[in-house]
Amino acid sequence: MQTDKKGAAPRSMLRRKLMIGAAALALGLAAAPKLGLAQTPPTSEVNTTDLAVTDDTVKVGILHSVTGTMAISETGSVEAEKLAIDQINEMGGVLGRKIEFIQEDGASDWPTFAEKAKKLLVEDKVAAVFGCWTSASRKAVLPVFEQYNGMLYYPTFYEGLEQSPNVIYTGQEATQQIIAGLDWVSKEKGAKSFYLLGSDYIWPRTSNKIARKHIEDHLGSKVVGEDYFPLGATGFNSVINKIKLKKPDVIYAIIVGGSNVAFYKQLKAAGIDMTKEKPLLLTISVTEDEIRGIGGENIVGAYAAMKYFESLKNENNEKFVAAFKAKYGEDSVIGDVTQAAYEGPWLWKAAVEKAGSFDIDKVREASPGIELTTAPEGYVKIHENHHLWSKTRIGHAQTDGQYEVVYETKDLVEPNPFPEGYQ
Amino acid sequence: MTAFLNSPKKTELIGFVLLAAVILLVLPGITDAFRLNMVGKYLTYAFVAVGLVLCWGSAGILSLGQGIFFGLGGYCMAMFLKLEASTPEATSIQSTPGIPDFMDWNQITALPAFWEPFHSFAFTILAVVAVPAILAFVIGFAMFTRRVGGVYFAIITQAIAAILTILIIGQQGYTGGVNGITDLRTLNGWDIRTDSAKTILYFVNAALLLGVIGLSMAVRSSKLGRILVALRDKEDRVRFSGYDVAAFKIFVFCFAAAISGIGGAMFTLQVGFMSPTFVGIVPSIEMVIFCAVGGRHSLIGAVYGTLLVNFGKTTFSESFPELWLFAMGGLFIAVVMAFPNGLAGLYKSHAEPLLERFFAKAGERRVGSAEAPAPIAE
Repeated sequence: MQTDKKGAAPRSMLRRKLMIGAAALALGLAAAPKLGLAQTPPTSEVNTTDLAVTDDTVKVGILHSVTGTMAISETGSVEAEKLAIDQINEMGGVLGRKIEFIQEDGASDWPTFAEKAKKLLVEDKVAAVFGCWTSASRKAVLPVFEQYNGMLYYPTFYEGLEQSPNVIYTGQEATQQIIAGLDWVSKEKGAKSFYLLGSDYIWPRTSNKIARKHIEDHLGSKVVGEDYFPLGATGFNSVINKIKLKKPDVIYAIIVGGSNVAFYKQLKAAGIDMTKEKPLLLTISVTEDEIRGIGGENIVGAYAAMKYFESLKNENNEKFVAAFKAKYGEDSVIGDVTQAAYEGPWLWKAAVEKAGSFDIDKVREASPGIELTTAPEGYVKIHENHHLWSKTRIGHAQTDGQYEVVYETKDLVEPNPFPEGYQ
Repeated sequence: MTAFLNSPKKTELIGFVLLAAVILLVLPGITDAFRLNMVGKYLTYAFVAVGLVLCWGSAGILSLGQGIFFGLGGYCMAMFLKLEASTPEATSIQSTPGIPDFMDWNQITALPAFWEPFHSFAFTILAVVAVPAILAFVIGFAMFTRRVGGVYFAIITQAIAAILTILIIGQQGYTGGVNGITDLRTLNGWDIRTDSAKTILYFVNAALLLGVIGLSMAVRSSKLGRILVALRDKEDRVRFSGYDVAAFKIFVFCFAAAISGIGGAMFTLQVGFMSPTFVGIVPSIEMVIFCAVGGRHSLIGAVYGTLLVNFGKTTFSESFPELWLFAMGGLFIAVVMAFPNGLAGLYKSHAEPLLERFFAKAGERRVGSAEAPAPIAE
C-alpha cells in the first residue's frame, strides 16, 4: 500500500498545485481576519535562543519511522505534516518566514529515535519537531527534548500518564477515547458484559485498566475476561473459543499492528458475524489505515471510538481530504493519527504567532488556550496540560474500509492524563 | 620477518595493536562527539561478538540468545541509574514519590525487593557481570550435563530469549515493559548526558573492550583454549580422554555471557536507556551476524564485523530508506555463501599471503617462502 501512495505522488503537478492552492486559500480566508497580513518582525526579536531562524526561513524537524515495522503506520503522519507545512508556506509561512523541514528516520528503533532527536535539536537547531508514533519512541526522545529544551508535537492516541512541558500531545489520551465509547455501548446497545483484549504493552494494558474501572465502578457491568498477546502475534483461535464460551455482549479490542489482520480474519472464520452485534466489537486501535491491511469485508460491523474518521462531514474535513488525496493519490486513506499529525504544524504556527517569537519558552507559554477552528475534526483547543480538548466519535465499519460516524459527544471532552479513581 | 608474521600469536598481537589504534586514535580523531557516541554504541555490541567468537568459533556452541545476557547487563545498570534518578524530590508529582515513574503508573506503591540492592553501585557492578553469568550457568548446567548441543541448544537459547522478552514486557510494573527503563540522568552524581561525559564513556568502553579481547586471547592460547577447540572438533575423544566436557562448555558459555553483560551495561550508560528490544530474538541473531561477518574464528575480526555491519546499517538506511534492508540481507547471504570465515577469513586467504611475499622479498630471504596460505583457523 505504500507503493500505491508513492507511485501516485508525482502525478499531475498542476492539479496538485491547484488543489493545494485552493485548500490553502480557503484556510487562509478562515484565518486571515484574525491575523491580519503577515508582517515580518526582525530575526533578532523573534529568535533570542539561537534557533535555525533566518530573515525568511525557519527550520523544523520531522522524525518518524520510514523504515522498519512501524513505517506503515507512520507514513501517513509524515505525509500529513508535510501537507500542513506546504499549506502554511502557501499562506506566507510563520511570522513571514517559510518553513523548511529536515526529515529524519527513526527506523522503528528507539535508540535511533533518541539519536536523531538529539541531532535535530543540537546540530540543526530546529524550532519544533513533529514526530514519534509509539509510546516507546516518545519515552526514548523525551529526556532529549527536556535536556535541550525542544518542542515535540506528538500525534498518536496514547495511554496518558505523562505531561511534559516540552511536548504538545495532539492525539487523545486514554480516558478521552475510552470513557465516551463505553458509555455509548452501555446506553445505546445495553451492553452488560465485556471481554477485554489487547496487545501486550503499556498502551493496551493501561487502557484496559481504565476501561475495567469504568465498566465495574461506573457502569455497574462486568468484565468476563481479559487477555493479552505479544506484539505481532497471529494465533487467536484459543481466545476466540473462550469468547464464544463466555458470550460477552462486547469484545473490547486493543490489538495493534499486523496482529489485527490475523485477529479479524480468524474472528470471521470462527463464525462471529460482527454485523449481528452478538457480540458487538468495539475497538480503539483500528483506524482506516489498519483496515487497508485487514480488509473491509473482514471487519464490517465493528465499532471504533476515536476523535476522527475520514468520512467526517464538515467543511474543514472535506477540504483536508481533498488536499490530501490530491497530493498523495486517490487511494490514500486518512486515519485518526494522520489527522492529529496534520494539526501539529498548525498548532505550532498559532502558538508562535501568539507569542510573537520562535523561542521555545515563549511558544510553550503561549500554547495553552490556542484554538484551531480549521482542524479537520472540528474545533480543538490546547488544555493547560498540553493535551487537546476534542470530541470523541463512534464509527461503524463498512465493507469499503471506511467508518460511518454514528455518534459524537455533545461537548469537547477534557483531556485528563492523570485520571483520579482510574489508577 | 616471515617467521614473525607466521606465528599466529604475533599476527594476532599486531592485529590487536592496530585495532587499539583504530578505536582509540583514528575514530575519535575523525568523528565529532555525536558520531563518536554512535560508534561507542556499536562497540558495545562488539562485546557480544567477542563472546560469540569464544563460544561459537572456538568451542562450537552456537547460542542464538546472547541478547539475553547483553540485556541483563544493561538492565542491571539501568536499574541503578533509574533509582538514582528517582529521588523523592524529582518524583514529587507521583502518588508514591521516590520510586521509578513507571512503577507509579502501574499502581505499585513500594519498591520491589529485587530492586533494593541496586541502590548500591558496587553491587550493580558485580551484578552486571554476575547476573548474566549465573543465568548462563543455570542454562549451561541444565543443557550440557545432559549432553544437549548443536541445533537443539541454539533453539533452546532462542526460546529463552523469547521468554525473557515476554516476561519483561508482561511485568511492566517491575521492568518498565516495552518502553524499557528510560530517562536516566546521572551516575553517582555525574551527569552522563553531556558531550564530555559521552566522550569519557567512549574511552572507558574502548578500554574495557580491549581488555576483554586481551583476556579472551589469553583464554584461547591457554591449554583451556586448546581443549575447547578439541571438543568442538571431536567431543567424544575429549570425553574419553578423561575431561569433563560439560564443565568446559559451561565455563566458556558463562564467560561469553559475562562479557556480554559488560557490553550491555556500557550500552545503557552511553545511550541513556534500556529496553526489551535488545533482549529478544532479532537482536540476538543480529549479534551472531556481526560475528559471522567479522569471522567467527577471529576476535579482532568480530569487532570489525560489528562496526562494518552497523556503519552499513546507518549509511544504507540514510541513502536508501526503502531498500536498505535488502542490501543488508544481500550482504549476509554473500558472507555465508562466499566467505564463510568472514572478514578475517578474507584477510587470511588474500591479504596475508601478499604480505608474506612482500616481507620475504624485502628481507632477502629465499623467494616465495614455500608455506601454503595459512590454514583457516583460530
